[in-house]
Amino acid sequence: MRILKNLTFLTVLGGGLFAVLEVLISVGILDDYSLQILCTAGINIMVALSLNLISGYTGQLALGHAGFLAVGAYSTGILLLAHIPLPFAILGGALITALLGFLIGFPALRLRGDYLAIVTLGVGEIIRVLIINLGGLTGGSAGLRNIPGYAENIMVNNPAAFLWIFPAVLIAVALVANLIQSSQGRVLISIREDEIASQAMGVNIFGMKLMSFTVSAFIAGLAGALYAPFIGYLAPGGFDFLRSVFFVIIVVLGGMGSLTGTILSGVGLTFLQEALRTNAKDWSQSVASLFGTVSGGSIDLVPMSQVLFGLILVLLMIFRPEGLLGSSELRLTKLFRRGSR
Amino acid sequence: MKPILSVSHLSMQFGGLRAVGDFNLELNPGELVGLIGPNGAGKTTVFNMLTGVYAPTEGTVELDDGKGGFEDISGLPPHKITRKGLARTFQNIRLFKSMTVWENVSISRHAQVPYSLAQAVFRLPPFGKAEATLRQEIQDLLAIFKIDTKADWRAANLPYGEQRKLEIVRALAAKPKVLLLDEPAAGMNPQETLELMDLIRFVKDQYKLTVLLIEHDMNLVMGICERLIVLDYGKTIAQGLPAEIRANPVVIKAYLGEDAVHA
Repeated sequence: MRILKNLTFLTVLGGGLFAVLEVLISVGILDDYSLQILCTAGINIMVALSLNLISGYTGQLALGHAGFLAVGAYSTGILLLAHIPLPFAILGGALITALLGFLIGFPALRLRGDYLAIVTLGVGEIIRVLIINLGGLTGGSAGLRNIPGYAENIMVNNPAAFLWIFPAVLIAVALVANLIQSSQGRVLISIREDEIASQAMGVNIFGMKLMSFTVSAFIAGLAGALYAPFIGYLAPGGFDFLRSVFFVIIVVLGGMGSLTGTILSGVGLTFLQEALRTNAKDWSQSVASLFGTVSGGSIDLVPMSQVLFGLILVLLMIFRPEGLLGSSELRLTKLFRRGSR
Repeated sequence: MKPILSVSHLSMQFGGLRAVGDFNLELNPGELVGLIGPNGAGKTTVFNMLTGVYAPTEGTVELDDGKGGFEDISGLPPHKITRKGLARTFQNIRLFKSMTVWENVSISRHAQVPYSLAQAVFRLPPFGKAEATLRQEIQDLLAIFKIDTKADWRAANLPYGEQRKLEIVRALAAKPKVLLLDEPAAGMNPQETLELMDLIRFVKDQYKLTVLLIEHDMNLVMGICERLIVLDYGKTIAQGLPAEIRANPVVIKAYLGEDAVHA
C-alpha cells in the first residue's frame, strides 16, 4: 500500500511540477537558456542516478560513466543521422550502452574493490580514444555534427527536448526507487554491506553485481541518448575523465545511497557549474582591471570551477563525509507533517 | 543410519602449508557435533571448505540430495552450497549493519522470491503479494526468536547477544539441512552462553537440523554436543563422546602441553 501511495504521490508531484514548468515556458518566464540548463541538469541527474545504483547501493566504485554517456550519445547520434526515427534511436542508444556495460562487467566485476574503479576508469578513457580514432563513424576529434534534434525547427528544440528529458528523469528515478525497494534491491545493498555474508546466504553476488552494472549502463546510456538530439553536436572532449569525476561528485555530495540527494545535488551542481562557466569571464575581467594589465594579459578565472569543486569536496569530507543526505531520503510527506521528525 | 553429510579425505594446502590434512566426518541426521581444537588448528578452514569459501585441494564433501542419493558439493561457489542446504554463521558477526532486522533475514529468502527484476521494477502483479507474504513469513520467524518487535531496527543497533541470534535466524531463513555455527558464543558472558545453548537446542529440535559447531567455550561444548572432533595442526587427533574427549591424554596434551598429562 505504501508503495502505491508513494507512486501516486510521485506522479502527482512530478506531473504538477511538470505542468508548472510548462506554464512558465509558455508564458515566457523560463527562457530558452534556463531550459537548456534544466535539460543539462536532467541529463546529469540521470547519469548520477545510474552511478549511485552501482556505487552507492551496490558498493562497486565506478569511475567511467562519462564513457557510458558517450556511447549512448554517439550511438543515438549515428542512428539519427541514419534517419532512424527518434524513439527507436534513443532506445537503441540505451540498449547498445547496456550491452557494452554487460560485456565490460562480465570480466571486470570478478575483481574486488578498488580494481573495478581502475578498470572502469580505463574503459572510460578507451571509449574516448576509440571515438577520436573511429573518424569515419564518429567524426573523430572534429565531432559528430548536425544531429537531428527533437524539433524540426532548431529554435524550439530546447522546449521540445524538455518535454522528453523531464518525464524520462522522473520515470528513471521512479523505476530505480522501485528496484531499490524490492528483494533485488535489498540484495544489492547486502553486497555493499558484506559480500562474504551475502554470498553465504545464497546470493549469487557476481550475477547481482552484473545486473546492477548493466542497469546502470542502460540508464547512463539513456541519458546519453537523450543528450544527443538535445545538444545536436558531440565532441569527444566532453566525455573525458573529469566528466566522470563530476558525476562522482554529484553522487558523493548528495549522499551515496540517496536518490533525492542525487537529484538535489545534480540540480545544484549543474547550476553552479553553469554560473561559473558564464560568469567567470566577467569576473576575471574585473579582477584584471583591478590589477591593471601589468603582466600583459588578463587572469583567467574559468579553471576556477575545478578548484571550487575540489574545495567543496574537501569541505564535504571534513564536515559531512556521508554526503548531504547520507543514505536517507528526503520525504516531502515528512516535511508536511508539521515539524515532527 | 545413513549420514546426511559425509566428508572424506578433505585437505587444504596453502602453498607449502598444509592447513588441514585428511579430514573425515560423517554427520547423522539430527546430530549436534562439536569441532574443537587449539587456536590455528584449522577449524575455520574446515568450515570454509565445507561452505565453498575455499575450494579444497583434495577430498569430497557429499551432501544428502534428498532423493536417496549423495551429491559432491566440494568446490562449488558458496551461494550454490547454501542453496543445496548448508548454511553458516560467522565467528566475527557479519550482519548487514545498515539494513533493518527483517531486511537482513530477507536476503536469505531471495533465491525463493517469485518475482523477476522486471516485475519488481514495474511493480507488476506477483510483486505486492509476494512482498507481503515474505514480510509475514519473516515476521513469524522473528516472533519465534522473540525479536519480532525489533523487526524495523537497524541491525547495528541490536545488543550483542541479539546480533548473534539474528545471525542464526538469518542462516535458518535459508532453510538449511545442516547448520554450521562458527564460535557462536564468542564474546558472550556466561549468562548469554547459557541462553545460547538453549537456543541451539531449540533450533535443532524445532527445525530437525543437523548442527556442526566450532567453539572454544568448553561449558557450551561439553553441555550440548553429542559428539566431538578434535583438530590440531590440521589433523584429527581424537573423536568421540564429550566425556571420552575430556579424559583423552592426546587432547589434553594438545591444549595444555606435555606436562599437564602427567600432572
